[in-house]
Amino acid sequence: MTTSEPIVALEEVSKRFVKPLDTAEKIGRIFGANVKEEVVRAVDDVSLRIAEGEVVGLVGESGCGKSTLGRVIAGTMNPSGGAVRYRGAIVEGMNAQDRRRADLAIQMIFQDPMASLNPRMRVSEIIGEAPVVHGLVASRDAETYVAETMQRVGLDPSTRKRYPHQFSGGQRARIGIARALAVKPEVLVCDESTAALDVSIQAQVINLFMRLREELKLTYVFVSHDLGVVEHISDRVAVMYLGRIVELAPTDRLFSGPNHPYTQALLAEVPRLEARKKKFSALKGEIPSPLSPPSGCHFHPRCPFAFERCKVERPALKEIAPGWSSACHLNDKAA
Amino acid sequence: MSHPVLEVKNLSVAFGSREGALVAVNDISFHVDRGEVLGLVGESGSGKSVTGLAILGLIDAPGRIAAGSSIRLDGQELVGMPEDELRRLRGRKLAMIFQDPMTTLNPVLRIDTQMIEAVTAHEKVSERAARARAREALQRVGIPSPDERLLAYPHQFSGGMRQRVAIAIALLHRPMLLVADEPTTALDVTIQAQIISEVQDLAAQTGTAMIWVTHDLSVVAGLADRVAVMYAGRVVEQGTVADVLERPLHPYAHGLIGSVPSRNRRGSPLAQIPGMTPSLGRLPPGCAFNPRCPRATEICRGQWPEATIYPGGRTARCYHPHIENEAAA
Repeated sequence: MTTSEPIVALEEVSKRFVKPLDTAEKIGRIFGANVKEEVVRAVDDVSLRIAEGEVVGLVGESGCGKSTLGRVIAGTMNPSGGAVRYRGAIVEGMNAQDRRRADLAIQMIFQDPMASLNPRMRVSEIIGEAPVVHGLVASRDAETYVAETMQRVGLDPSTRKRYPHQFSGGQRARIGIARALAVKPEVLVCDESTAALDVSIQAQVINLFMRLREELKLTYVFVSHDLGVVEHISDRVAVMYLGRIVELAPTDRLFSGPNHPYTQALLAEVPRLEARKKKFSALKGEIPSPLSPPSGCHFHPRCPFAFERCKVERPALKEIAPGWSSACHLNDKAA
Repeated sequence: MSHPVLEVKNLSVAFGSREGALVAVNDISFHVDRGEVLGLVGESGSGKSVTGLAILGLIDAPGRIAAGSSIRLDGQELVGMPEDELRRLRGRKLAMIFQDPMTTLNPVLRIDTQMIEAVTAHEKVSERAARARAREALQRVGIPSPDERLLAYPHQFSGGMRQRVAIAIALLHRPMLLVADEPTTALDVTIQAQIISEVQDLAAQTGTAMIWVTHDLSVVAGLADRVAVMYAGRVVEQGTVADVLERPLHPYAHGLIGSVPSRNRRGSPLAQIPGMTPSLGRLPPGCAFNPRCPRATEICRGQWPEATIYPGGRTARCYHPHIENEAAA
């Protein structure tokens, strides 16, 4: 891990989704009806610095905002508040040329290759289109370039004239990776990229990610709900709950001694191969609706240690050890 | 003791297709004892779900259970049983829960309608008594304010809640056997843990035996008593969870366990099985695993090995098992 300038930095980034009022509701409001726009804070004030060459895991349950945060980092969504910096410069404030460079440098790999690969394009076009359009490769060299890229991810270049449906799930995942690599990115945002694969194929794809990291000096943001995969591949892990990062720590620290009660509960529920006839204990309740998150600490209604302060005051993400931060009032209490 | 709750012998299921019959399940045998949990593990296309459906008699044309197959529930033969008799068993002695509860629950009927129907289908009770039973069942699976929830429609529930409702319905009649087909795969870990813990409690109370169909070895590790590993329609290894997961004999089971991230040192490459699962239409000759198997030799390309019985009652179908694992035990 390098301590120099981060390659990507998030500064108090928020992403809100607003369901605007329809006409009837607007008229209703003129006559004094109590209707409000519905706002979901998918990402709420998140700060995170990602160093060059690092693998950061982003974990949490459905609806915690991890995928949205991944998309904000990849630049496919603009933040509604705060700033994303790429090599020190704010992405939104860049001129068109720099913005394009930043967008190319941060690529995204999606969960479902069938939904993210155009079914009517041949693999050679899927992989070769972007680098030619962006002038990274001359169109006469595209053929060789595609073949090289395919080889790099373990695909047979002789299959380049085929369509995505002619490949198996694991091969399609590789096509998605090849497409992202084709524009020579520095950062890959992987959104549940191995979730749909069988265990034996998942292992192959994870190994591929790790080999590419070595070969191309890539930086990864690894979004996943699978804690086993994240533990295996990440240097640092950020745990999210209802739009906020509740704990951020080096992977071994987090998995050996989680600080935040939510992280503790989450890790306790992970099924392990070593467990025998385990009594599955249960964290109470479900993740609340992000439309009306609980006050104070979002986790307090499910937290076994919650006290008065948790209901009213939002805990800040504070450093509890070098490189390890947690957002919990209990840490103040103990001190 | 007496016979097991479920005894499956030489079960084969084939689906007719243009390229001839595809054998999805090929001559498998296993049993489940009273109160026991059997994990049925395999990757996509291994035949694990079809096995579950076959037990419930839910194989529709063009699929059919091949002659010579036998499925006995509490000693009673299910293969060839007339549909109306089967229907009386399903829901009462045999129940199933599926991965996606939205396909189990009828989206246009309220929960109370569906649950009361499930009660009265098998027992002559008043609607009032049936409603009370439904209410109690919802409470047992941890659904808060069951009276209100009975009046709701399936879309008004979250994914985890819906799965609880499906489980409540499945356990209404205290079945002898519950087949669970990946019921927690679509759920978050905390919800998965809640559901598994509830199913564990309920099964213990009612003495229900379970077959837990899943691709997730880690879930089986914590939940099941015994495990059967399937590959290309065959059970390649079965035995107690401790035996199979700690000392696998079959190279496929060995590879599968090795590819789970937690079994590998962090940051180092995962042990992986080369190649991919074969399509049922184009199975390699001999043991279907031989093209991916590091131990394969000439004999493996000949024909499928017979199931060999090893100490502790476990079986494996392999010419070159990891016998050193057996010796270590």
